[in-house]
Amino acid sequence: MENSRRRFLKIAGYSIIGVGAGSLLVGISPKRITAAPDAPPRYKDRPEALKAARWGMVIDTRKITSRINRNMQQVCHKIHNVPDFVGKLGAKNHEIKWIWPTPFKNAFIEQDAQFVSDHLKRTEIPVLCNHCNNPPCVRVCPTRATFKRESDGLVLMDFHRCIGCRFCMAGCPYGARSFNYRDPRDSGALTEIEENFTLRTKGVVEKCNFCAERLARGEAPACVEASNGALVFGDLEDPDSEIRKLLAENYAITRKAELGTNPSVFYII
Amino acid sequence: MYDKGKIVAGLVIFFAILTFPFWYNLGALAPAPELELTEKAQEAETCIEETAYMTTEHMVLLNEWRDAVARDGNRIYVSGDGEEYVASLTDTCMDCHSNKEDFCDRCHDYVSVDPYCWDCHTFPEENN
Repeated sequence: MENSRRRFLKIAGYSIIGVGAGSLLVGISPKRITAAPDAPPRYKDRPEALKAARWGMVIDTRKITSRINRNMQQVCHKIHNVPDFVGKLGAKNHEIKWIWPTPFKNAFIEQDAQFVSDHLKRTEIPVLCNHCNNPPCVRVCPTRATFKRESDGLVLMDFHRCIGCRFCMAGCPYGARSFNYRDPRDSGALTEIEENFTLRTKGVVEKCNFCAERLARGEAPACVEASNGALVFGDLEDPDSEIRKLLAENYAITRKAELGTNPSVFYII
Repeated sequence: MYDKGKIVAGLVIFFAILTFPFWYNLGALAPAPELELTEKAQEAETCIEETAYMTTEHMVLLNEWRDAVARDGNRIYVSGDGEEYVASLTDTCMDCHSNKEDFCDRCHDYVSVDPYCWDCHTFPEENN
């Protein structure tokens, strides 16, 4: 045991060589197949899909009625399997909403409107996710579960990735995001399931997706269809699009423009 | 050696506990489940890719589909032989493999994996 230090260093050296050789063997061992044999798999969009450089929406508040508000919310929440925690369970603070009517003064609080027109006093206006060009919810999401789709500027949710931290809800200045405090199906808040759309689980944030699944099938967003012409959607980057013409002819405002989120939903007052 | 008896007895007990999972499950070894195909799946003969690939890598393909559809908006999958399929678990996979309990669950139970697909996605029995 005289040369104990020398022996120790020797053994340590051999061990390092052994570990190195072992990992080399692992490195050259045959790899698992991770792609389909022969041709690499390819993906593409449906040919009938509607395309835009930046989707936007114009809401003509002059044409909005309470009935339109109700129809839009009903059809949107039905086709997207939005659970009704308020109506079914009476849990008011668990409410989930993708599009909902709200008084003008609340939607445009910064306008400080002292004397609102009679129409806007009587009728609430529809609000939804603004699909901001500079979305704060995307900036704060730690898992990139919510993201701005580069191809068309929609702010979307990847429910698979959402960990329910609710940073995005704190980040969104419009309250457009809702959290599933309970499981929609197990709690009984969702009884009629629309099979063309997925559900959500407990612990997931959800919001309006501009009907991305309908755009992919070549259809207009459901709220636009149900709006009786009060809502118009189209490409904000295309100067010849219907919404750009509407914006050129009318004075339109966005919600909380002073925050610099650059919303894609415009309101003609 | 002191306390020989105690040490040996202790070792025996230690190894008995260590190997407990092995001999406890000795008789209960279940045979690997056979894949059960629906008539529609049998008629099609092959899945969207080769059977061997689908058997071992279907979860990889499904993850690719998930990202392609949810993030990039690419809803069409072009398979190795040039066929086009809608990248949808409910609409494409479950259209043929509508027997979820026999096709998906038995294998997943056997290998003790618990994919969370069905927490959100719908499957045929549920829709009826």
